[in-house]
Amino acid sequence: MGEPVNSQVQAFVARSLDLRGLAPEQLLQHLIAVQQQFGWVPPAAVHALAAALDVAHAQVRAAVAFYAFLHDQPRGDFDILFSDNITDRMLGNQRLVGLLAERLGLGLNETRADGRVTIGLTSCTGMCDQGPALLVNGQAVTALTAARVDRIADLVDEGVPLARWPGAFFRVADNIRRCGLLLSNPVTDGASLRRLLENGADTALTELERSGLRGRGGAGFTTALKWRFCREAEGGDRTVPRFVVCNADEGEPGTFKDRVLLTSYTDLVFEGMTLCAGVIGARLGFLYLRGEYRYLVPHLESVLARRRAEGLLGKGILGQPDFDFDIAIHLGAGAYICGEESALIESLEGKRGVTRKRPPFPVISGYQDRPTVVNNVETFLAAARVVQWGGYWLRGEGTDQSAGSKILSVSGDCARPGIYEYPFGTPVHRVLTDCGAGEVQAVQVSGAAGTTLAPAEFDRLLAFEDLPTAGSFMIFDRSRDLLELVRNFAAFFAHESCGFCTPCRVGTALLRNLVEKVAAGQASAHDLQELRDIGPLMRQASYCGLGHTAPNHVLNTLDKFPAIYQRHLRSADYSPSFDLDAALGCARALTGRDGVADHVEEEA
Amino acid sequence: MSTTLRLDGREIPFTPGQTIMDAALAVGVYIPHLCHNPDYAPHGSCRVCMVGVNGRLVSACTTAALDGMTVESNTETIAATRRSIVQLLFVEGNHVCPACERSGSCQLQAVAYYVGMLSPHFPQCFPQRPVDASHPDFMIDFNRCILCELCVRASRDHDHKRVFAVSGRGLASHLVIDSPSGLLGDSQFAASDRAAQVCPTGAILPKHRGYEQPIGQRLYDQAPISVVGDLRAQPGGD
Amino acid sequence: MLSRGVIDVSAKPRIATASLCGCFGCHTSLLDIDERILQLVDLVEFDCSPLTDIKTVGDCDLGLIEGGVANTENLEVLRAFRRHCRTLVAVGACAVNGGIPAMRNAFALRECLEESYVRGVGVYHPGIPRDPEIPLLLDRVHPIHEVVKVDYFLPGCPPSAETLWTFLTAWLSGEPIAFSYHQIHYD
Repeated sequence: MGEPVNSQVQAFVARSLDLRGLAPEQLLQHLIAVQQQFGWVPPAAVHALAAALDVAHAQVRAAVAFYAFLHDQPRGDFDILFSDNITDRMLGNQRLVGLLAERLGLGLNETRADGRVTIGLTSCTGMCDQGPALLVNGQAVTALTAARVDRIADLVDEGVPLARWPGAFFRVADNIRRCGLLLSNPVTDGASLRRLLENGADTALTELERSGLRGRGGAGFTTALKWRFCREAEGGDRTVPRFVVCNADEGEPGTFKDRVLLTSYTDLVFEGMTLCAGVIGARLGFLYLRGEYRYLVPHLESVLARRRAEGLLGKGILGQPDFDFDIAIHLGAGAYICGEESALIESLEGKRGVTRKRPPFPVISGYQDRPTVVNNVETFLAAARVVQWGGYWLRGEGTDQSAGSKILSVSGDCARPGIYEYPFGTPVHRVLTDCGAGEVQAVQVSGAAGTTLAPAEFDRLLAFEDLPTAGSFMIFDRSRDLLELVRNFAAFFAHESCGFCTPCRVGTALLRNLVEKVAAGQASAHDLQELRDIGPLMRQASYCGLGHTAPNHVLNTLDKFPAIYQRHLRSADYSPSFDLDAALGCARALTGRDGVADHVEEEA
Repeated sequence: MSTTLRLDGREIPFTPGQTIMDAALAVGVYIPHLCHNPDYAPHGSCRVCMVGVNGRLVSACTTAALDGMTVESNTETIAATRRSIVQLLFVEGNHVCPACERSGSCQLQAVAYYVGMLSPHFPQCFPQRPVDASHPDFMIDFNRCILCELCVRASRDHDHKRVFAVSGRGLASHLVIDSPSGLLGDSQFAASDRAAQVCPTGAILPKHRGYEQPIGQRLYDQAPISVVGDLRAQPGGD
Repeated sequence: MLSRGVIDVSAKPRIATASLCGCFGCHTSLLDIDERILQLVDLVEFDCSPLTDIKTVGDCDLGLIEGGVANTENLEVLRAFRRHCRTLVAVGACAVNGGIPAMRNAFALRECLEESYVRGVGVYHPGIPRDPEIPLLLDRVHPIHEVVKVDYFLPGCPPSAETLWTFLTAWLSGEPIAFSYHQIHYD
């Protein structure tokens, strides 16, 4: 977008400061606004924000460098990021990236000389059931085809503003295929809040306990316990501020159910948050929305406004003078780690999303070091229904340890990708049958950090006690080379490691390099052993869940699908860690030598 | 009532609120570490101080000691884990000991000796990192930074200046300096800062003197770090 | 792997040594074992080595490599050593992690060559040499284990004579190799 003059930047920052305030916690939100306005974060904005918010320049720059959607160099007027999850790849995104780059005359990760456009890749944007997808200036475009990409190239070249692009490009479908306990009914009229006010917080907690509701983000902590800990933190002192945070940073590759819940079950989600506030005594809540879903902000804001008007949010909820609670939407900016609750809180406070030490857990010391409940979108929704309809309602489905239902995001090789809700305890093969998947080679349950299943395991159950899942369910048929899955996930984790601890920071990079070495046909048995050694090191010694789970896909596939590695091996023993002949390329170019003696042959 | 934990079979008393590391250091039992310095809040990022508790590895510097807890530290498996982690640190940066003035008094090097590292094992990353010599009294060689954030913590919590921060993410994480130019010379950094004294490697070094201690008389030349202790715990440490 | 078991006097173990991208400091350190070199030549046969001036490596029991891998000649020698030596040892900082020569990795090869041959002080006929007899440089200097499998590492710049002697005597006797604190250093 060219170089803005400093006065423009300063004026914009001043307006953003007026709008969002001077609290240092707002830093990330200001930066996102600046990025949106100018296509980058110019130095003048860094200086202005550092001065106004009283944070160090270094902290501002560090935040810009941490979040993938913030840039310290100008991007093109049209900043196009192709979603690069394995499911996008399976739908042919690489061909489309090539097509657009060719049409627009620039390479990947380049900005065209005229400043018109930048093309890049980004982690899964949560459109796996309607991919390939991309983000243009933060807005989601789905169902890409060659024709659509062609049209986008025209629009970019003609400089047509996004507002005048065809609306169909931005259409996001819910694709709800199977409804269960939660999805059957999106309507609510504040019933759970009335229940809360009629029966009190203790009864609400009792119903939650009875229901056996566990967190739907994957870890499965008992919701009633989390809320009770938070309520009783600081000796239950009601003067201590408490916070409710809805984790809508749905970053796990292959999951998109929170996007649907926020689109079509919005009231229930907000009602769950309000209910939680009533139980724990919070007056402020945050919806931490991943940057990829920023297109939802107007919708979410309108629902919040309506709920305020209806007396379901804001001051004196349902006429109760002491029941004040409101919800603010905070955007993320491209960081998978922020799905981890303590990293999310750091990000809410405007900082880099680096995991905190635990204990203390957020229920004791969360946002601004105050007691904070962080729950998944789906958990809030379920909690609202549990308090409305009672604990037994949820208990009626599922297993002893996994009460109720789980909403799955199904994508990959199947006839009907989309949203499926099943009782916990449903076997994997049932899902495969329902979604029309045939000739299945593997299923990736719970995302890149989850488990790779071989057909022999398809009778395993989706439940905390067998296959815990945050909902991502990616299917790979026999035509797929699973090494592509491994490459995609290994690159993902190397990109998304926050860099705080040694095993994850360096280990994810080493795993990616080794996997690429395998794919390049340069690896040896020694390298496979290295993968087997580095993986457990990361699992055991990393600081947080990202590092613990990042090697899962490598270790799972080494065990269950060894052939995908073996068929690429160059040597049974040992091979160089770099391409010897390519390493002479610079010298050949500098000397003009290119004889037989100026090349290195591979050794057997 | 006294509280104790059992570290490698030895009963060690501790005060509630102490970490495993605190308890061990208090009785002179060495658990190798790099990002930990008792003067600052535990950080838990380097992962060198991993110990075994209930069959899991935890960082001794951040894990609270509990009465009756059984902790394993001095085992071959744990030693191998620590060695691998130190190797990761070595290949991540450019640690050219023969060309580093801190060699012989370097905590990273001494910990590597302690864990029995003979080679970096993994392929070197050979990152391209700058040297900042803009300050009149001190230089920063980013090649040697291991992201322990001790300078970050010392500058923030002791010097009250916030001269340092960590930027970027993943393998691209790097130390940055809080000044408009990003250079140390333009920051509020002063030679008298605590942040100038806490670097466990040769990343932050004083100028105008070099190789003052002859080989043989450097901090870790005669005895291992398990006996000598940390760089800064020494009265002779600069 | 390193043990040769009981020494058969009729077939003394053969040792080869080479310096790749190093400074010969490690070889000099080996000579620092002083009069024990007489013991050593009684116990082993030296094959290809700067000490014997034998140029090509034959089948050996032990290969000691000093220096990192910086050019095509280094590559060739290193691979020949790996083919012919049952046990291969990285001796010294450069072989172990690239050492001082790897500090050039902070620069592009073009910058390095132009600094030496184009812009350098005292250059009279500027130009990057293209003579085919000069080994081509790799874009970066690498430790030897990034090219071939290495069986043992002796760090140090150089490893001291005592370290080398401890290693050699342990290897010859088949004893486990163990060093005192003073014998392992990286500088």
